[in-house]
Amino acid sequence: MRGVFYKNMNTIAAISTANGIGGIGVIRISGKSAVEIADKVFIPFDGVSRLSSLKGYTAKYGKVIKDGKFIDEAIALVFKAPHSYTGEDVVEISCHGGLYVTRQVLRTVLDAGASLANPGEFTKRAFLNGKIDLSQAEAVMDIISAKSEHANVIAFSQKEGSVSKKVRQLKDELLDISAGLSVWADYPEEDIPQINEKVLNTHLKKINEEIFKMIENYDLCAVLKEGVKTVIIGRPNVGKSTLMNLISGTDKSIVTEIAGTTRDIVEETVMIGDIPILLVDTAGIRVTEDIVEKIGVEKAKNCMKSADIVLAVFDASKSLTDEDEDLLNSCDIGKTVIVLNKVDLGIRLNMEELSTFSDRIVEMSVINGEGIESLRKVLEEIIGLSKFEPYQASISNERQLLALKKAKAIIEEAINDVNRGITLDAITVLLEDAVKAIMELTGENTSEEVINKVFSKFCVGK
Amino acid sequence: MNYEDYEVAVIGGGHAGIEAALASARLGCKTVIFAINLDSVGNCPCNPSIGGTAKGHLVKEIDAIGGEMGKTADECFLQSRMLNLGKGPAVHSLRVQIDRNKYKETMKHKLELQKNLFLKQAEIISIIKDDKNNKWVLKSMNNVVYKVDSTIIATGTFLRGKVFVGDVSYESGPDGVFPSIFLSDSLRNMGIKLKRFKTGTPARVLKSSIDFSKLEVQLGDDKIVPFSYETKELKENKVNCYISWTNDKTKKVILENLHKAPMYSGKIEGIGPRYCPSIEDKIVRFPDKERHQLFIEPCGINTEEMYLQGMSTSLPEEVQVEMYRTINGLENVQIMRPAYAIEYDVVDTTELYSTLEFKKFEKLYGAGQFNGSSGYEEAAAQGLIAGINAALKVKGEEPLILDRGSSYIGTLIDDLVTKGVNDPYRMMTSRSEYRLVLRQDNADERLTPLGWKIGLIKEKTWNGFCFRRALKENELERIKSTIIFPSKELNDMIVSRETSPITTPTKIIDLLKRPQLSYNDLAPFDSTRPKIDESIFEKVEIEVKYEGYINRQNRQIHEMRRLESRILPLDLDYSSIKGLRLEAIEKLNKIRPINIGQASRISGVSPADISVILIWLSSKSKEGKAL
Repeated sequence: MRGVFYKNMNTIAAISTANGIGGIGVIRISGKSAVEIADKVFIPFDGVSRLSSLKGYTAKYGKVIKDGKFIDEAIALVFKAPHSYTGEDVVEISCHGGLYVTRQVLRTVLDAGASLANPGEFTKRAFLNGKIDLSQAEAVMDIISAKSEHANVIAFSQKEGSVSKKVRQLKDELLDISAGLSVWADYPEEDIPQINEKVLNTHLKKINEEIFKMIENYDLCAVLKEGVKTVIIGRPNVGKSTLMNLISGTDKSIVTEIAGTTRDIVEETVMIGDIPILLVDTAGIRVTEDIVEKIGVEKAKNCMKSADIVLAVFDASKSLTDEDEDLLNSCDIGKTVIVLNKVDLGIRLNMEELSTFSDRIVEMSVINGEGIESLRKVLEEIIGLSKFEPYQASISNERQLLALKKAKAIIEEAINDVNRGITLDAITVLLEDAVKAIMELTGENTSEEVINKVFSKFCVGK
Repeated sequence: MNYEDYEVAVIGGGHAGIEAALASARLGCKTVIFAINLDSVGNCPCNPSIGGTAKGHLVKEIDAIGGEMGKTADECFLQSRMLNLGKGPAVHSLRVQIDRNKYKETMKHKLELQKNLFLKQAEIISIIKDDKNNKWVLKSMNNVVYKVDSTIIATGTFLRGKVFVGDVSYESGPDGVFPSIFLSDSLRNMGIKLKRFKTGTPARVLKSSIDFSKLEVQLGDDKIVPFSYETKELKENKVNCYISWTNDKTKKVILENLHKAPMYSGKIEGIGPRYCPSIEDKIVRFPDKERHQLFIEPCGINTEEMYLQGMSTSLPEEVQVEMYRTINGLENVQIMRPAYAIEYDVVDTTELYSTLEFKKFEKLYGAGQFNGSSGYEEAAAQGLIAGINAALKVKGEEPLILDRGSSYIGTLIDDLVTKGVNDPYRMMTSRSEYRLVLRQDNADERLTPLGWKIGLIKEKTWNGFCFRRALKENELERIKSTIIFPSKELNDMIVSRETSPITTPTKIIDLLKRPQLSYNDLAPFDSTRPKIDESIFEKVEIEVKYEGYINRQNRQIHEMRRLESRILPLDLDYSSIKGLRLEAIEKLNKIRPINIGQASRISGVSPADISVILIWLSSKSKEGKAL
């Protein structure tokens, strides 16, 4: 049965540090028999104590053995349920890093009765055991797959609960309003200041603004996690493949004197600063009779449409051709950087004409590696990295984005209807739907919250 | 001694017991109703009023199914107010002050006149299941034995009732009536868990000792709307209510004597209602509030007793006098009945199905305050449903289950049996997620067809309902096809309502959709308008103006019903489902939801748990096992 979790969950183990990196490797064992299994493979150097007699949060120095043979020196750290990452009994064995030793220790643990954990299984257990909420769990999954440092900071700030915190805050604000409206509806004769349309509108606009910021930040996060699709285009033989190789530091694209050498799309992920960039080299765009090249040209044009950034390369040593101008006209100027290559050969191209298209012009001599720093700066600027604050609450996947967008749409509807003169009893229904949408973010599910707020905040009752 | 058997027995003659007994008898079951004292049948031991926010909805719904509360309230009304007028149709709620003596007399008489129904003064002290004959055996204090098919427990605040006034406490029911002491033990012996709740009531004071010149008057409505669809017309309001406020002196008296209140000295173990705190609770919990409002309400026509709403307390009687006399207008007040708190046994309602039948005991039902609710209206609503289901079961018919999308009654019962209660439960409009659909104006459309189907609605009532429904549909059709032409008079009116004038002929319905324009506004320009009851226009107007909201809520109700249609086996052991969290397993095993919808509303059951159950369900159905 796919997707079924465990009640009497089996004990799982895996290497929980990144492959081959760092001075130590950690093997995490989690589950009912975690300590028992660790006891089979780990012998403390003091020769007497057993891990099973240890309290939680205690470490022992010792050795890992397999069939009586010494494998590595290690430290075993014992966590007792529910005070562990997964909420189960957990033993973490830290051994000397290196892929070989770490794998051997894992193999030993598996032989002693643990089963190999699936990707994300520790986190899933932590979620199922109520140790972390859904948005935290998803953030952990993001850490595992984060592609760059910036992305890692986002992922970490979410795991620490900054999204949960922000979402809780939003939820609380909405619940406060709902509670106010509930008193308005259910206690009409109490001498309690009654909520009015104006106050309600102010509150709702503020909340809407906050959600807007979270959504806006999301797009940046998505960029950081998935990479910026950057397409290099240009007439044949202006140096696109050389630029590709310069940025990526590899010789992936074949560079020749012959125009039309690159006939298909060539892709490479590279880092510019902290930003992962999905770099795409394309066939030079020209009118061609060569069928293979023709397909390549079509692909290049399509590629341009779906790109986040277009690097349009021109040969500065020649004046603009008709093909160059066609290209310029088909570019979305908002996402285009004009790269003037071969400036070392002298500029013969009409700069004035070019600058009417875009002011993002970088002069380079790709073959000599000149101008690469300016290009980096322009790219960083376009991506908006300077504006991005990774510690702000940002949401990290589509499910969360959808929930926020849903909440935002409902709140906008509410604002609109309040202005239209719809009575507030109808607005209360919208607010509750918005709260529900927001609660989906953290996987919470509660309907009593409004009522609890009413009684804690207001003196009502006869 | 055993001299007569019945099909249905109702223990308790309060608001729950009355509706239960009437429903059962009207559905053709030979029914007996027991009250400890026949003079307290239908008593209103707290406020002399029926209805209020959300409670008014309940009364309307009870009436729409064929219950009695609304009709009797209409017959005994003294002053009527439609609360929240101008706040939107979902929260309009009717409340009437009633003559409490007349109310209980009227109710008792209706019980006496009802065919198939027998009213008896008796304290039931034990209840035992005779498995061999499949009967419940009830024994009274006088050693009379009754064998019945079904039993409804509606003991209110009588069950092991204990009254507190300062440091004095004694076993008692409400209003000085004997409590029911022995039945508790009998229920406990069956394995039914009981817990303690507490509630309280303010003093009744002598009218002539009040200085009304210092009080603010609260008048009734000019236009009086009855609860019942069968009540033709109500004439005028017969009494006024009055308003005053507590002050610094009141607060001082209370704080100086707080240690004498049993809630604060720790003598009361029961949990009191959050929505109806005693005045000492209000002072302590909201220290910044300078004054608290109170309403002074007459208890009837032939009595000088006045009720001090908002001033319930369990302080000693001498402190009560001192405290009340600090209030403007009450300087010389004479207490007739002192305020008191009362503690009583309630059941854990998660042990009941939505039919209000005990999960573990077939043909045993709970209703009213015994189920942890509070308020006459909440009690009556449950009594009606318990009575209907007890009778339907005896007759071997399908039960009546109202879901959250159908009514406040359904919402109330679902909250009780799914979430359970930790303090006395009061209905509020905010408890219903579908409140734009569950309005008091359409209670009949939502529920009368059900009442008709089970047989509680009389033919005359049904015909009246069908007639109203047809009028409404015709009127809707009419405004969809009738056009108003732009004119200076029309546009002047439209502009004066702060909305934009029309330039082309416009359908009435499109003008009515504008929040700013009402039926009345359009009257002078609507020449073909039929002469029908105004309530029809009101309904049509609400449906037109809130159409978007109503459709939205109907979609949500549809989705809820889809989840409710995923039936869960009642004997399912949730610990056998891999992947459920421990907390969820415990809750699910305890509550045993009948469907996925109910399971999803149990606190402690997360959406992840629901997915696990859904996966389990689909794998089961793939295996071809019957569910």
